[in-house]
Amino acid sequence: MNRRLHRIMIYALLSIAAFVSVFPFLWLMLGATNISSDIQSGKVTPGHALFDNIVKLTQQVDLVQLFYNSTKIAVIATALTLVVASLSGYAFEIFRSKLSDRIFAGLLAMLSIPFAALMIPLFVIMAKLHLINTHTAVIIPTIASIFMIFYFRQATKSFPTELRDAARVDGLNEWQIFLYIYVPVMRSTYAAATIIIFMANWNNYLWPLIVLQTNDTKTLTLAVASLLSAYVPDYGVVMVATTLATLPTLVIFFVLQKQFVQGLLGSLK
Amino acid sequence: MAQAPGKTTFTGWLFKGPALTLLAFFMVYPILSSLWMSLQVGKGMNFSFGGSANMWRLTQDAVFQQALLNTLTLLVVQVPIMITLAMLMAVALNDPSLKGRALFRTAIFLPCVTSLVAYSVLFKSMFAFDGVVNHFLEALHIVDQPIPWLSDAFWAKTLIILAITWRWTGYNMIFFLASLQNIDPSIYEAARIDGIPRWAQFVKITLPALKPVILFTTVTSTIGTLQLFDEVNNITLGGPANATLTLSLYIYQLSFKFMPSFGYAATVSYVIVLLVMILSFIQFVVARDRRRS
Repeated sequence: MNRRLHRIMIYALLSIAAFVSVFPFLWLMLGATNISSDIQSGKVTPGHALFDNIVKLTQQVDLVQLFYNSTKIAVIATALTLVVASLSGYAFEIFRSKLSDRIFAGLLAMLSIPFAALMIPLFVIMAKLHLINTHTAVIIPTIASIFMIFYFRQATKSFPTELRDAARVDGLNEWQIFLYIYVPVMRSTYAAATIIIFMANWNNYLWPLIVLQTNDTKTLTLAVASLLSAYVPDYGVVMVATTLATLPTLVIFFVLQKQFVQGLLGSLK
Repeated sequence: MAQAPGKTTFTGWLFKGPALTLLAFFMVYPILSSLWMSLQVGKGMNFSFGGSANMWRLTQDAVFQQALLNTLTLLVVQVPIMITLAMLMAVALNDPSLKGRALFRTAIFLPCVTSLVAYSVLFKSMFAFDGVVNHFLEALHIVDQPIPWLSDAFWAKTLIILAITWRWTGYNMIFFLASLQNIDPSIYEAARIDGIPRWAQFVKITLPALKPVILFTTVTSTIGTLQLFDEVNNITLGGPANATLTLSLYIYQLSFKFMPSFGYAATVSYVIVLLVMILSFIQFVVARDRRRS
């Protein structure tokens, strides 16, 4: 009896946790169909304002431009980060020396430096390079992600050395080994990294907020934030914009859930 | 080996080259630069050497002290609650006889796909004075009066804590789940045969095995909370009356909202660096001491 009660309690608590976790997503979708005043007075039934909200949103922002900006930044940043971080993560594990290990330890120490301590000098650098209000300025500082270098170095520990030795005997040089052996063998590592980097860039807020200053360069995330910060925000419109901003990451999550979880855990191995 | 070791090492540096170059310009240089800036005084781009003037200003600045206190309050309350919740949910979900595990896990993990801005939108609207959360609490007779989530200092802090906990508990839970799967089930089997009660099994077997994950999640959450910006900037704007002003938000305001005061902002940012270093160090020492005893 006691055991059964215990069981029921666990189910009850997990159900509450699951409900609390999922409810805001329902709220988001309901909100997109309701008018602002209904949202603020807590209406939990679908409304008829979805079309109106979409029309109002397209009148206030250039959706195509925002999607283009967000996608462009996220795709380019992801591609460059994958190349730079995997090359160096691989090398920190394979081509080791005392100096190399020391530099790596130094990088790990820098992992704990908060972005707030970097953003002012970064802004000054970008101003000097005349890159303020460009997507280049958003992308460049994110490419050499220490977290991702660390992630690839950890993953490389599971790359079989026999493969590398065999490739060397076959006369492949180090670049060919990396490109033709390592990359194909480690594709699940790359898949997980892609998801994490893409999401981080798609959702990035503080640095783009500082660097991007005009409407034609802004990202979807920035547009959502600025719609929300209006003196009297139109929540119906904000909800539609938020749904659009969340949809890509939600789809990626459901399609690639396994790799996503694996990606998060990569740093723990 | 087909190649001379010297050449191989050189190739290795070529592999690391792009990352190290970028880090030198966009990580090492900014760190040193903001350290130098913290010794400068002046507005906008006009700097002059001020020595320790900015550090003195910290001791006189009531807004800074409030931001520091707010950040530490959020940290001390939120991180332990979240880590405990994440651990308990992982332990519950690790039971193979539990039905619907995958569904529960996916649901609880779901919040971490939302961007920090997106979930700020949701929380700001759900916690409106006449909003859905207050209706729900009133319907359940938990409160008689609607709670002033956004206009009262205490409730605004509570709201921020609830929001961060919603967003990150599932994320941290995944790390606990992974670690729990590494514990050999036969240990629990043996404990059960010896008649050791469940709570004692948890304390003697589960907790020690989870120590590294507790350390990892505590350190990463501490660093994250010390840098808290997106949520407070979008849900409360640091208000009411600076009750949810965090250090990162204050740095942002000092640098980009008012007449920029980069030197002083850099000094405040080094307060965060210092806090991260001290707290990480304490957490590592505590973890090591527990392991010894």
